[in-house]
Amino acid sequence: MSKQILEGPGIPSAERRAKGPVACIECFQQIPCNPCEEACPRGAITVGDEITSLPHLDAEKCNGCGLCMTRCPGLAIFTVDESCAGDRARVSFPYEYVPLPEKGQEIACTDREGRFVTEGTVYQVRTSKAFDHTAIVTVEIPKEYSMEVRFIRRPGTEAGEDRGEVDSGE
Amino acid sequence: MRKVQLLIVGAGPAGLSAGIEAARAGVQVTIIDENLRPGGQLFKQIHKFFGSRVHNAGVRGFRIGEKLLQDTKDLGVEVLLGYPVYGIFPGGEVVYGTADGAHQMKAEKIILATGANENNLYFEGSTLPGVMTAGAAQTMINLHHVLPGKRVIMVGSGNVGLIVSYQLLQAGAKVEAVVEAAPSIGGYGVHAGKLKRAGVPFYLSHTVRRAMGSTEVEAVELVELDHFKPVPGTEKIIEADTVCMAVGLTPMTELASLCGCELVESRGLGGLVPAHDHNMCTTNPDVYIAGDISGVEEASTAMEEGRLAGTAAAESLGYISEAEAAEKKAEIHRRLDLLRSGQFGAKRAEAKAEIEKSFAQMQRGGEVG
Repeated sequence: MSKQILEGPGIPSAERRAKGPVACIECFQQIPCNPCEEACPRGAITVGDEITSLPHLDAEKCNGCGLCMTRCPGLAIFTVDESCAGDRARVSFPYEYVPLPEKGQEIACTDREGRFVTEGTVYQVRTSKAFDHTAIVTVEIPKEYSMEVRFIRRPGTEAGEDRGEVDSGE
Repeated sequence: MRKVQLLIVGAGPAGLSAGIEAARAGVQVTIIDENLRPGGQLFKQIHKFFGSRVHNAGVRGFRIGEKLLQDTKDLGVEVLLGYPVYGIFPGGEVVYGTADGAHQMKAEKIILATGANENNLYFEGSTLPGVMTAGAAQTMINLHHVLPGKRVIMVGSGNVGLIVSYQLLQAGAKVEAVVEAAPSIGGYGVHAGKLKRAGVPFYLSHTVRRAMGSTEVEAVELVELDHFKPVPGTEKIIEADTVCMAVGLTPMTELASLCGCELVESRGLGGLVPAHDHNMCTTNPDVYIAGDISGVEEASTAMEEGRLAGTAAAESLGYISEAEAAEKKAEIHRRLDLLRSGQFGAKRAEAKAEIEKSFAQMQRGGEVG
C-alpha cells in the first residue's frame, strides 16, 4: 500500500498534527457548499462568498472539536491527533450506521478505499442531538497510520474481500 | 366550473416552493398531485443537503420537506392529493380525476412542476424481479422500511446512484458493486468516498450484460467497456439479488406539450424540456415550469426555481409590483447561480442559458411569423 500524500487548503501540516487534535478537511472538488464554515465556533474554516471554493483551514485556530464533521454533507472532514503518548494517534470520522461501535472495542481500521490498515481501539463514540444522527467515532491507532486510517470495518459486516483489479475511480 | 387563480401541478420541492411563494404574495393557490402524500422525492432524502445556509445546507432532505409542508399549511394553500391531471385545454381548463370520475377546474395561471421519470436500461434478464430503478429501491428503504434485497448491484455512479447505494448500506444491504460505463465516477467524490470507505467496489468502464436467475435475480454478469464497447473475454459474474439502475432521468413534459408549450432538446439536462425564459415562463404565457421538468438538476435548484415561478406568477396576476418582483427574482437568481457554479454546476448553468436562448429565438420567430 502506497502512502498517500494529501495536499489542499484543508489539510493541516505534520507539525500542527503533532501538537494535538486538528481537523483534516478532505474536500477536493468545487462543490457549491459551505456549512463547515459556519459550523466552526472558532472561525477556523473559510469558504468565502464563492461557495464552490475549497474550504481553507486555519489550523492554528482549530482545536479539533469536530463540530464541522457532523455538518459536512459529504462526510469529508476528519480529525487527527498525533499528540498521544506511546506513538499512538487518534483519528475521528463521521459515522452514520447502526449498530455503533462500542468504546473500548478492538476493531479493524481501514483506509479511504475500505482496505484494512491496522487493528485499533475505539477510544470514543460521540452522539448528540446537535449532530442530527451523525455520530463521531474516534479510534486509537499506531501513529504512523494517522493519515491512512479513515474508517473501520463496520460491526456486523464481514471482512473485506481482496478487491484486486477493481478500479478505485481516481 | 371551479375557478382558481394559480394551479400548480406537482407537490414536490418545486411545486410546494412555488405555492408558498405565490401564497405569501396573496395569490389563491391550489396544488394538485397524483400521489397520496405531498413532498415528491424529498421525504426519501435522508441525507444532509449541500449548498449554503440559504439553501438549507447540512439539513436532511426530509426535514426540508416537513418545513415546506408546514409553510403550505400556515399559508392556507390548498393541496389536492391522489388526483392525476389528465389534460389541460386552451383557456386553462384542467381535467383531473380519480376512480370516482373526472373533475374540471379553470386556472388563470398554471405552474407545471411534474418532475422527471427515471430512465431504464434494457438487458437480458432486466424484467426479472429484483431489477428496479434506484428511486424505487430508495422508496422501499426510506419510506416503507423494506429492504429490496441483501446484495445489490448499482448501475450508474451519478449522485443518485452514489446516494442510494449509501442509503442501502445504511439500511443493511451489501452493495456488491457500483457499475459505471464511463471511465470515471459521475457524481461527487465525497459521496463516492463514503462508499469506498465502506469497502464498496467501483467497476468503472463496465456495464451489466445480463441478470441471471430463473424466477428472480441470482447473479449479474458484468463486462468491461472500451470506449463504451464491450470487450470480449472480460465478462465476470457477481452473485446478487438486486440490480438498481441510476442511469439518469427524463423530464415529464406531457402536460406541457398539451398546453402548447414548445419543447427544446437539452442534452445536458435530460432531454426534451419546455423552452422557458429567465422567469420560468414557457411559450404559453399562462404556463410556468419549475424543477426537473425544466431540466434535471436537484432538489435545491428545484426549490429556487419554484420560488422564481411562484414570484413570476404572482407578478403576472398583479399581486406584486414589477419592482418588487424584480428584486425578489434577482435574489433568487443569485442563489441559483451559486448552486450552478463549480466543476459540476457550471455545465448546468450553460445548459440553462442554452434553453433561454432557444426560448428567445422562438419568441422572435413567433413575431416574424
